[in-house]
Amino acid sequence: MTDNMIVIMLLALLLGTAITIARMRDLWAAVMLTGIYSFLGASWMLLLDAPDVAFTEAAVGAGIATFLMLGTLALTSRRAKAPKGRSLLPLAVVIVTGAALVYGTFDMPFFGNPQAPVHQHVAPQYLADRVPHNRDGRTKVNVPNIITAVLASYRGYDTLGETVVIFTAGIGVLLLMRQRRTQDIAEDDK
Amino acid sequence: MREQSILRIVAKLLIPYILLFALYVQFHGDYGPGGGFQAGVIFAAGIILYGLVFGLNAARGVAPPLLMETLAALGVLIYAGTGVAAMLNGGNFLDYNALGDHGKHHTPAVVQSGNHHTSVPKGDDSHHASVPEGDDSHHEQPSFLPHGQHLGILVVELGVGLTVAAVMITIFFAFAGREQMQ
Repeated sequence: MTDNMIVIMLLALLLGTAITIARMRDLWAAVMLTGIYSFLGASWMLLLDAPDVAFTEAAVGAGIATFLMLGTLALTSRRAKAPKGRSLLPLAVVIVTGAALVYGTFDMPFFGNPQAPVHQHVAPQYLADRVPHNRDGRTKVNVPNIITAVLASYRGYDTLGETVVIFTAGIGVLLLMRQRRTQDIAEDDK
Repeated sequence: MREQSILRIVAKLLIPYILLFALYVQFHGDYGPGGGFQAGVIFAAGIILYGLVFGLNAARGVAPPLLMETLAALGVLIYAGTGVAAMLNGGNFLDYNALGDHGKHHTPAVVQSGNHHTSVPKGDDSHHASVPEGDDSHHEQPSFLPHGQHLGILVVELGVGLTVAAVMITIFFAFAGREQMQ
């Protein structure tokens, strides 16, 4: 009962924050609200027993992303321009897309359902590998946090790729900013 | 923000704990929630907070941009290097089992330490007699960890953490430095 209350309150707060952000013209306040939205999302993921995802959402969504948006805001205007006239087309598109997504969830298995396809494929093997008395013992991954084991060992290639993506993003930002800096210097020299 | 003494003092109090928490998340990721990515972001958030409150130049002094760029590359190198090290040890790329030969020595000790696993015949554990009892005493938690896997995951997560923290700090410098120019 209390669990349901918390879930309903969190979802209501998420909805309220989202609608407030959409209606807001003050971008600085909107950025702050997106940070709050990320924190609420992190709490929601924690309720779904996904502490690793909640962790990432809180650190990236509420922390780094908020800062990056504030940094962008400092380079542009603080207020959004008021829209010209009221167009119903975007609202219709959003409602139709949302309805399609909700309709899609009817086919999804219930949360925590052990018969769900995701629990039938490789997950049983991952869980079995953690049991200490498997037959050939030494080839198994016995890191207590299975998410770390999956990310770093079973899906080691994927995580290597993700790390390279982050590295590439950093290089890209550096190249863009660096080029601008040398241009400025060149202009100063003229 | 140099005049805001409350902000400065609170930041001064918080930053060491943020950095410490990042290290905890980094090296405890195999036992609890978290790992290299989260730890890197938290560490970068600590440095960024420092930069926001004490100024960009102070943050550049703590985390020199050139060092950050080097660390970003080093993280990827550590990750891929772990894979290459596994290949050099005769395994596949990123096959951590090849990293530690201790794995096969440790497993029999587990069989003995768990009371309900005594049904496993001891005859096929030829290594067991040669392993002294105190050998796995430093593994106080799950002593059944295969050494190679644990080592590989720790090193790889360290690489991820380094790259993520360095890239986040680099992006912060890039954005904040640009703001300062205008």
